[in-house]
Amino acid sequence: MNEYILETKNLGISFGGLKAAENVNLRVKKGALYGLIGPNGAGKTTVFNMLTGVYKPTEGEFYLDGENLTGLDQAAICKKGVARTFQNIRLFNNMSVIKNVLISLANHPEYKCNLFQSVFRTKRFYETEKAMRNEAKEILNVFGLLGERNLLSCSLSYGKQRKLEIARAIATRPKLLLLDEPAAGMNPQETEELMQTIELIRERFRATILLIEHDMKLVSGICEEVTVLEFGKTLAQGETKEVLSRHEVVKAYLGED
Amino acid sequence: MTATATQPETAKKTSWFSYVKSSFKPKNYVSYAVLALLIAFFLIFGKSFKQTNVLMLEKISYSVIAALSLSLVVGFLGELSLGQAGFMCLGAYLGGYFQTYVYGAFSQSLPLLSLLLTMLLGGFFAALAGLIIGLPALRLKGDYLAIVTLAFGEIVKVVFRNLKTFGAEKGMETVRYSSSSLYIIGFFAVLFTLAVIRNFIKSKHGRAVTAIRDNEIAARAMGVNVTYYKLVVFVLSAFFAGVAGVLFSNANYTIKSISFDYNYSIDILVMVVLGGMGSLNGTMLSAALITFLNAKLSTVLTGDLAALQKLVYALVLVLIVIYNNAPKLKTFREKYNLRRLREKLSAALHRLIFKKHPAEDPAAEKPDAADWSNIPTKVPMDAILSTDFTPDAVTDEDKPDKPERNEPHENAEAKQ
Repeated sequence: MNEYILETKNLGISFGGLKAAENVNLRVKKGALYGLIGPNGAGKTTVFNMLTGVYKPTEGEFYLDGENLTGLDQAAICKKGVARTFQNIRLFNNMSVIKNVLISLANHPEYKCNLFQSVFRTKRFYETEKAMRNEAKEILNVFGLLGERNLLSCSLSYGKQRKLEIARAIATRPKLLLLDEPAAGMNPQETEELMQTIELIRERFRATILLIEHDMKLVSGICEEVTVLEFGKTLAQGETKEVLSRHEVVKAYLGED
Repeated sequence: MTATATQPETAKKTSWFSYVKSSFKPKNYVSYAVLALLIAFFLIFGKSFKQTNVLMLEKISYSVIAALSLSLVVGFLGELSLGQAGFMCLGAYLGGYFQTYVYGAFSQSLPLLSLLLTMLLGGFFAALAGLIIGLPALRLKGDYLAIVTLAFGEIVKVVFRNLKTFGAEKGMETVRYSSSSLYIIGFFAVLFTLAVIRNFIKSKHGRAVTAIRDNEIAARAMGVNVTYYKLVVFVLSAFFAGVAGVLFSNANYTIKSISFDYNYSIDILVMVVLGGMGSLNGTMLSAALITFLNAKLSTVLTGDLAALQKLVYALVLVLIVIYNNAPKLKTFREKYNLRRLREKLSAALHRLIFKKHPAEDPAAEKPDAADWSNIPTKVPMDAILSTDFTPDAVTDEDKPDKPERNEPHENAEAKQ
């Protein structure tokens, strides 16, 4: 019924007198791959933080699949179907790879197992635990991390840690996946691989993806639409190739000549 | 190779019993053996224990429970709580207070039942206090939470010292579980505590708790209800501290609130930290050893030497910490430690019982590392092999922001 999975209406936030973001109007189509770009400090991550409930927007609201999620807390928004990765990797470092994924799976209704059942090890506990592990293994398999599932997540290579973060986000079964600079610090080879992973996520998990990225090759390679932010305001919006060639966008990145 | 390889075998119905059976793993055989030996030891020699040894065992049992309860908060949730003695104090006083009535109700014919009821009651009151304190206090973090819990412990101590109902300054005399087999009950209380805490930790709830410890922001983003889990851990920890308190009140003739002072909270914390944060076995072992050490020191060093008690205790703690952390001893520690010993003994036991090496036994736990040849990679080998690495090819891709892009990579590597 709803063409747009994510719709923000005049979303904005101010910290004291500073307006970190204002009048952000995103309209992300279902199944789309949408880019959010802009120079450093433009407020891209702030938008992500508002969409995931880290910050409560001071103006405007946003809708996921027609449902107003403004003002909900992080766990609630996650359960509604918004998952994210972080700019600086935030894995559960002292836990194994598979446990990182299991954390995200725990909220699904079919894995419901209350404290009593867990502590006294009823049949329900063993069943849910087994099913959860199977699903976690499937997800890890898709991301090519199955072999490393019992390693500590901090012992993975950088590229694999990024992948694990995406896998962990996918395990929450999101409708909308927010990727915060997934290619940061990756070499061209890894970036290439990442692009394939992102395509794979869209195919296999049917998630809409909103991503922040500085790597223009990646953005122009996979994003259908982009929004450019500068100083918290929307600078340009529209089809990727067209927007990236606009004068004001080039100016924002490279400066006036 | 696709994801369908690890499809669950749904058709098979598995009974609860077979699940339980499968959770008995060869690597734990030594633990079961030690448990069996301990029980046998108590059954055979229990009658002829000297009074001092019985007292020691009682002391060890409640110390271990207290340490286990604190390890939930400190080791698994990663928050510092300095009020564990306060919860014990609550359990000891309120449990002891109601024990009189419980004993009256069961007309002393069922002392064991009334002791168990008292433990539940003491635990319940402590848990209630944990809930009331935890609701506001768990919004705080780190040092601030430590200060609040410290204050809580002191408040509880002072309140009980000033209430006439609880004997005020003189301390409260309680109806005790007088049988000399209290340590056996203590032993089973330890087992129960261990089972509950271990099962909690090794469930999805426990994983959520450790996720909060590792990265609270990420845990929130993955849908973990942080406040709820913090509260659950706090309440559970307070409950078992209360149970330990009831054991304490039964082991002593009078309860004095002065025994639950700040130093006692620190003692419990020391047990958890020395045992290794997040290790239940280690916590139990260190709690038992530290209690033993303290009790021995107070009997050996008497009279003029009494002043040396704390000195020797502190010296031993310092030595243990040095041993645990000295870089030069690293290889020695890795070669000779209890975990390795346990693994070796378990394997030996497994061979002894099944005449097979655990690795060869299909019934034994399978090594979890998947076969390398089965791991699907998303690395496009063709692309790698066909990439041109001549300088010209690189400059094609080279954009002005290339050095900037490499920087965060190096930083991230350095951090790890």
